[in-house]
Amino acid sequence: MGWSRRRFATAATGLTAAVWVRGARAAGSLRVGFWDHWVPGANEALTKLCESWAQRERVDLKIDFITSQGNKLLLTIASEAQARSGHDLLSLPLWYAAGYAAHLETLDDVMQPLLGQHGAVVPVVEYLGKQAGRWIAVPATAGSQMKGPCARIDLFRRHVGLDLTAMYPASGQPDKALADKWTWDTLLLAAEKLHKAGVPMGIGFGGTSDSVDSVGAIFAAHSAQLVSSKGDITVDSDATRQALEYCRRLAQFLPPDVYAWDDAANNKWLLSGKGSLIMNPPSAWAVSRRDNPKLAEQLWTFPAPRGPKGRFLPGLPYYWGVWKFAKNKSAARSLLTFLSQRTAIEQLVQASGGFDIPPYARLRDFKVWTEAGPPKGTLANYVPRDDQIVSIAGAPAPPAIATQMYTQALMTKMVARYAQGKEPSGKVIGWAASELEGYARA
Amino acid sequence: MLEGGRGGAGLRRMLRRKSAIAFLMSLPLILVIALLVLYPAVYAFYLAMLNKSMERFVGLANFSFLFKRETFWMVVKQSIIFAVTAVFFKALIGFLVAHFVHNVPAKGQRKWRGMLLIPWVIPPAMSTLAWLWLFDPSYSAFNWLLQRAGAEAVPWLGDPYWARFAVILVNVWFGAPFFMIMYLAALKSVPEQLYEAAAIDGANWFQKMWYITLPMMRNIIAITVLFSLIVTFANFDIVRVLTAGGPIDQTHVFATWAFKIGIESNDIPLGACVSLFMVPLLAIAAVFILRDVNRRGVEG
Repeated sequence: MGWSRRRFATAATGLTAAVWVRGARAAGSLRVGFWDHWVPGANEALTKLCESWAQRERVDLKIDFITSQGNKLLLTIASEAQARSGHDLLSLPLWYAAGYAAHLETLDDVMQPLLGQHGAVVPVVEYLGKQAGRWIAVPATAGSQMKGPCARIDLFRRHVGLDLTAMYPASGQPDKALADKWTWDTLLLAAEKLHKAGVPMGIGFGGTSDSVDSVGAIFAAHSAQLVSSKGDITVDSDATRQALEYCRRLAQFLPPDVYAWDDAANNKWLLSGKGSLIMNPPSAWAVSRRDNPKLAEQLWTFPAPRGPKGRFLPGLPYYWGVWKFAKNKSAARSLLTFLSQRTAIEQLVQASGGFDIPPYARLRDFKVWTEAGPPKGTLANYVPRDDQIVSIAGAPAPPAIATQMYTQALMTKMVARYAQGKEPSGKVIGWAASELEGYARA
Repeated sequence: MLEGGRGGAGLRRMLRRKSAIAFLMSLPLILVIALLVLYPAVYAFYLAMLNKSMERFVGLANFSFLFKRETFWMVVKQSIIFAVTAVFFKALIGFLVAHFVHNVPAKGQRKWRGMLLIPWVIPPAMSTLAWLWLFDPSYSAFNWLLQRAGAEAVPWLGDPYWARFAVILVNVWFGAPFFMIMYLAALKSVPEQLYEAAAIDGANWFQKMWYITLPMMRNIIAITVLFSLIVTFANFDIVRVLTAGGPIDQTHVFATWAFKIGIESNDIPLGACVSLFMVPLLAIAAVFILRDVNRRGVEG
């Protein structure tokens, strides 16, 4: 059978196409699971960045955005770790990178150059991301958030007589005299007035992350530490009793169903117009800006109140981890390095409307926070500065115990038992100690 | 050749036996059950006997640990309250509605049957989401109505007692149509002559119900209750979507607590232990109910 010119040309074209197709995806495929962002448009920016990287590196990339609503992200982490199968690279919030350290690839080789470029990450991010002296995940910008108060300017002026924009102005430089008076006791007085005015604050005491983080900050501000860094159970203390008592007093001025709130409930409370303050990153403001601009104009985000031990701001850092069973670890490392460059981080922060907080102190100078609005400067005080200590609920317990304290919402359950169930503090603390013994078993 | 002939005859003889044919025909199902039920059950037993990090065998230590937990006994109590209350109301409502539908003229009966089955045919995870919105803290339709009527808003999912009420209510709403359709089928199979004979003897409505309808429906009631008890005890989706076990763990049932501990808190052995506790409770219920059904079958 002879080869005609036409036949030869067809075969050659086919062969070239086959080589090109192989070459186009020469670096293999990569499956990535990112946290599904609350802020409209943030996922798209991350996708665009990843696709530009995939095209450059010739990687066949598949991205899944996994919601944290209903703990779906936590379930995905747990099931993939158990099945040793799933995504190559996955978003891991808060304790979960440390909790699954045994299943994660060590990423010192990715982190060392990044630390050289950007300088150190903030201490709390290092505390969770570095286990036994090694980086077990890369601190992520997408999703990393602070959960300080987001409150109504008009309602605070009218019913509390406090001008939030004067206390924490749009310049980002707080009025020291006013800020010093911004304590948990002041918040309690404000809560009472706002409750009487029919626009209560909405701080959740439920079982999901917003509630756990808020209550964690209240406990930290009262120096109530349930487990020490060595794993000793230290829940039975005067500090714990004070924190419980504070929460009980606060609860009487909150909506009666805060014990059942999930992460969407506080946002809905503020957006419904019934609420005057929530502890949340600025996603509620971002949604309001889109759906109810008049309400958004009255929202102001600012630092958490100060307690006897200090000003603890609830924080929720995210990490990107690579499973040990990942099929394309080199591509995952390359993507992590790409997403941790200053330009990529700036694009992510911009697309999230300032929601995302970079883990590197040097990269917290973007204009988005001072320019965001209306009202202009609404996020100027969102990035933690000065006397604020980022609080991680469950700290300083070892990760294996802290993960369970966090997932099982131990602190909010203690508050609910004491404030709603009217159990004596001794009984509540005894119950918590018994739960902690269970978490600590080997 | 002779051997082969004998073997062939033996096989033919075996295949002629009804029991052998029945076994062969059930074999695919037996294999599916072995794969999807037996294997996970045995694996759950194995998991339940490992330590928390699943690295060493600890025998029954996880079970004895659970017995010392206050929350475990609370979950046992709640699972029983949840299942028994929900099954009782599902049976009662199903029984009443079945009578109502049975007495609707044949022409309109199909429409009623179809409408009343709607809650049962919608996937519960979806319909429970609708209930969640009805109970929502900020936008509850029920509270809107209550406040319009001048009453106080109710913390449907925020108060432990209301939350228990809510999960039972949704379970009853979802499961009552199953009882209704089973009881309706049972009612239709009661011979009309029995009622005619009773009417001639001067029996009133209650006597007909007590001496004819209920005895004729006893087996179906028992089997339906058993089946529903098993399904309700093992319920997951309604509690998970509506309350996730809160507030203060007071709506957790076995399945949701096992999930919380095993999957969400990464303690799979303890989670497996919790889920296995459903087995003895349901086995005892099954033995009693099925023994009663068998006895009546023999008497009949």
